Amino acid sequence: MVPLWMFLTVGAILFAIGLFGVLARRNAVAILMSVELMLNAVNINLVAFWRFQTVDTMMGQAFAAFVFVVAAAETAVGLALIVAIYRRRQSVAVEDVNLLKW
Amino acid sequence: MIQMPTLESLNFGVAFPALSLVIGAVLLLVVDVFLPERRKGLVPWLALLGVLVSLAVSMINYNEVGEAFSGMFIADPFTSLVNIIVLISAALSILLAMDYLRRTEMEHRSDYYLLLLFTTSGMLFMGAANDLIVVFVALELLSIPLYVLSGFRRPNLKSEEAALKYFLLGAFASGFLVFGIAMIYGATGTTNLPGVWAGTAAIVESASPSLYLLLLGVGLIVVSLGFKVAAVPFHMWTPDVYEGAPTPVTAFMSVGTKAGSFAALLRILVVGLPTLILTGATSAAWANTLAILAALTMILGNFVALRQMNIKRMLAYSSIAHAGYILMAVAAAGDPAVGNQGVQAALIYLLTYAFTNLGAFAIVIALERNDGTGGQLDDFRGLASQRPVLALLMTFFMLSLTGIPLTAGFIGKWYVFLSAINAGLVLLAVIGAVTSVVAAFYYIRIIVRMYLQEGDANIGTSRLSYTLGAAILVAGLGTLIFGVLPFLVADLTQGVQIVRTIAQIAGGG
Repeated sequence: MVPLWMFLTVGAILFAIGLFGVLARRNAVAILMSVELMLNAVNINLVAFWRFQTVDTMMGQAFAAFVFVVAAAETAVGLALIVAIYRRRQSVAVEDVNLLKW
Repeated sequence: MIQMPTLESLNFGVAFPALSLVIGAVLLLVVDVFLPERRKGLVPWLALLGVLVSLAVSMINYNEVGEAFSGMFIADPFTSLVNIIVLISAALSILLAMDYLRRTEMEHRSDYYLLLLFTTSGMLFMGAANDLIVVFVALELLSIPLYVLSGFRRPNLKSEEAALKYFLLGAFASGFLVFGIAMIYGATGTTNLPGVWAGTAAIVESASPSLYLLLLGVGLIVVSLGFKVAAVPFHMWTPDVYEGAPTPVTAFMSVGTKAGSFAALLRILVVGLPTLILTGATSAAWANTLAILAALTMILGNFVALRQMNIKRMLAYSSIAHAGYILMAVAAAGDPAVGNQGVQAALIYLLTYAFTNLGAFAIVIALERNDGTGGQLDDFRGLASQRPVLALLMTFFMLSLTGIPLTAGFIGKWYVFLSAINAGLVLLAVIGAVTSVVAAFYYIRIIVRMYLQEGDANIGTSRLSYTLGAAILVAGLGTLIFGVLPFLVADLTQGVQIVRTIAQIAGGG
């Protein structure tokens, strides 16, 4: 069987890719996709931990279901905000959104 | 494998304050759809009624202790006090919003109050969470309506921009939270906080490699909740969002989100992980990290606030600084002997800060002109000669934010410093005291502008509306009463004992 550490490594790599995407991409939609990647990395971890450690309770799987339901809600609100911004500025690049600065 | 929960394990009764608000919000959602356009004015009053019912139930059942939803939800004095803080803030910000929405011609958009009720219920569940899954879902229930609320003044560009920034960083932070929770789940095999407590004790004792998973998990959770409470270095969004969001939303965000997120932080760290003590240390492993964050937050928040010329940005940096003082109490709670005292201090600070800061924002709303201008510090010039009562109250709130005796702010600071010193964080307490002096500069700068400088404070409203006046009155009374009768807060927080003892474990608690 595939050992636990392999799943955790895949999860960590996916999380890191998502993290890099959020910090490096300039397009709001791409940032949103990177956040989704981070959440999916978490799901891999959760299900792997569930399978290897607590198979007899459903906790890990149930949590993974919660994570993607919430992620869907978050994406819906986020895309609505991005559309509202796009209508006014004809751009979804975050460096164009710069009225507020210290 | 799947069991139907029994009615006893659901135990709806103890969760009534939070449930009644959720049910009220859902009912109002339906009522709002069927109300004719000319009756929309009823919605804020119904929302206020819902909040007050929930507040009354929280106060009546203050000392009730019990678990609901098979141990997912816990009601105790901690929960009740968080409920009271959050619900008072919600009630006051409904009053503020009624005035603000009318003046900015958004009165017909009554979905504002629905979103406000949903985010409030998220905060209530944060305080009552006894399981990491509930923390996550409650945090999202808190955040998602707030993203929408910060962009509520569309098509105003600044408001939309604030919403986008808040959303992107908030979603980013919640990714950290779930990753941290997954690590803790992996280490202890459960997401239930008492289970995590038991698991942590076993891991620390046997020094198994799971300890690293736990440390990583705690670190990520602190990062994510640090974002939500605006602790340095995760504060970058705060000034932009506070300036761009509609002012009543900013007022609520600065108080409610802080109360909810600190409640969850205290629940996770003090209930779940107080025994995460590394070899040779006397306090929990997270306490040092939080102490450093607290010091950074107090220093940066107060010093950058000195340079701000916009009142909303200044209050944003001031709210960052206040998060630092509360973090100091949370760090103090890492010492097992001062655990409960630290938690009580953090809650007292949140309570006093809620009244003071909402009062200050209420006056900012009174002065703001309908197009969103009028928020520069120079707009306060000569206010004392034109609106002496408003100027006097603003002075009072500013003194309370500074922490002058006989105001509520002093009581909050007193308990926080006391708990830090008892936990041996003397250096941190000194930093706190020095930065409080720095803070006095920028709060008193406003008082100087109001009383000593000439100018025409061109204020937004010629007459205060009743709702705004009521909000200012309640906030002022709260600040005054907790300031002159400090034993009230001591009585209120006496029952807040969330540190688990060995006896509770033996009793199956």
